[in-house]
Amino acid sequence: MRNSAKHQWIYAWLLLSPAMIFLITFTHYPAVQTVISSFFSTGRGRRKSVFIGWDNYATLLLDEVFWKVLVNNFWYAIWTIPLSIIFSLAMALWVNDKLRGRGFLRMAYFTPTVLPLIAVANIWLFFYTPGFGLIDQIRGLFGFAEQNWMGSPDTALYSMIAVAIWKEAGFFMIFYLAALQTIPPSLREAASIEGASKFYYFRRVIFPLLMPTTLFVSINAVINSFRLVDHIFVMTEGGPNNSSSLLLFYIYEVAFDYWDTAYAATLTVVMLAILTTVAIGQFFFLDKKVHYK
Amino acid sequence: MSSKALKLPQTIDKFRSFNFDQSLSTFAAWCLAILWLSPLVYAVWTAFHPSEFETRFDLFAPLTLQNFVQAWNEAPFARYFLNTIILVAGIVAAQFFLCTLAAYAFARFTFPGRNILFTLVLLQLLVMPDILIVQNYQTMRSLGLIDTIAAIGLPYIASGFGIFLLRQTFMTVPKELDEAARVEGCSFLGVLWRVYIPLAKPTYLAYGLVSVSHHWNNFVWPLIITNSVETRPLTVGLSIFAVTDSGIQWSVINAATLMTSGPLLIAFLLFQRQFVQSFVRAGIK
Repeated sequence: MRNSAKHQWIYAWLLLSPAMIFLITFTHYPAVQTVISSFFSTGRGRRKSVFIGWDNYATLLLDEVFWKVLVNNFWYAIWTIPLSIIFSLAMALWVNDKLRGRGFLRMAYFTPTVLPLIAVANIWLFFYTPGFGLIDQIRGLFGFAEQNWMGSPDTALYSMIAVAIWKEAGFFMIFYLAALQTIPPSLREAASIEGASKFYYFRRVIFPLLMPTTLFVSINAVINSFRLVDHIFVMTEGGPNNSSSLLLFYIYEVAFDYWDTAYAATLTVVMLAILTTVAIGQFFFLDKKVHYK
Repeated sequence: MSSKALKLPQTIDKFRSFNFDQSLSTFAAWCLAILWLSPLVYAVWTAFHPSEFETRFDLFAPLTLQNFVQAWNEAPFARYFLNTIILVAGIVAAQFFLCTLAAYAFARFTFPGRNILFTLVLLQLLVMPDILIVQNYQTMRSLGLIDTIAAIGLPYIASGFGIFLLRQTFMTVPKELDEAARVEGCSFLGVLWRVYIPLAKPTYLAYGLVSVSHHWNNFVWPLIITNSVETRPLTVGLSIFAVTDSGIQWSVINAATLMTSGPLLIAFLLFQRQFVQSFVRAGIK
């Protein structure tokens, strides 16, 4: 018997090892190595990479671009996360209701999810083109002046935010839709017999029941607000004057335009730290408000 | 919940306002849907019309396929398509293989270190290879894999999401089935092949669709790791095509845009129900 248990776990480890090898090589090892590299200088040519302690972090604190990018990313997250969640929830409620043409509605909302962000960025680029672009043409009808949406530091970041919300909302809708379908219709009947208004029913019944989904979606939205930078490559390249650059885009620039890999590693450490903190914090904060079945 | 007494006039009022509500939300829902579809509709409009209709919307504008022909001839899109198909097929096949084995181990075996290893797997849901680009590039360089299709896929094939999803499905398989098969003389792998995998087919479909659309659309990592026509996937090819300042017309760029998203989009429109249901299935686990 003892032998068979041992036999079992050797077997289990054999099953696991191929996946674990790849997982460790491309996720855990690089995460740890990133932290280590952040304490070394970038080796260039004959100059070897040497241990420099906290120097990279000191550079970071004095790096204006870093702070700018961090603040941008903060605003990017602050706008995209709640707005995409609100839109996705509204979409899910509409599609779940027996509205006219719900098949079409569902298709329309979900389509951005299957389109490559890099491809749709091209289309949005044209929407935003000053004067000639679609948005300005429509504004022109109402007599508004031309606006250089992506070329002006005041609006560039918000142009990116709009694209991100458009891309994400339909994806999150799916999760809400799945959750809504598990809510028994008898609850609605009970509520209407009690004379509860539609809004009251949503606020006191539906919304609390959707809390686990909201937690899940918001963690995803946080991760995406750091990960989703494809459109920036095509639309603004972070400009003008870094006003639409985000942390991951800056990491890309530092690592693969300036080839300062040690500093890029330091920036990645900041990203890892933020993601971990937010995820843990969100979990504990929202967990209290989540009602599990 | 408030227990107001039910009065007749109130109910009628409610009935009326309910209808009003309904039409209001129908209206809002349609407005949003049109807004959401407009980029795609616009891309289709420009791609199928001559360039002078880029901003002129005339119902009788002549239709043309010239933009697609021009895009196809101006960049090696055939090669990009081939690269993307090889990449996506390779990733999905490898993911199915690795994740199945690992999920089976987590679902049905007890062994020392199981919880730690499972936590390590879940950690990947937070720390994705997408953000570890700097270090993974160094790894690929030391493996001599820079500018290969394999290098684009390797970081993603042991997917924490896939392992988690399949494990959840495998755990719903009744133990009796497993034991019955074993009594019949099936080996561990035999049970996996004959009992678990067939029962998990919907999950494989769901995960496969999610994975295909994710990797078909992936951009940043492929951009970093490739630098030749022979390895570039469509997304990177498209970005290079669209950025060249040679004054390419919008209509041609939009034709190329539609081309790259085309296969996925058509598949989505044809199998819409399965697509949405797959994402739902992948989402609720």
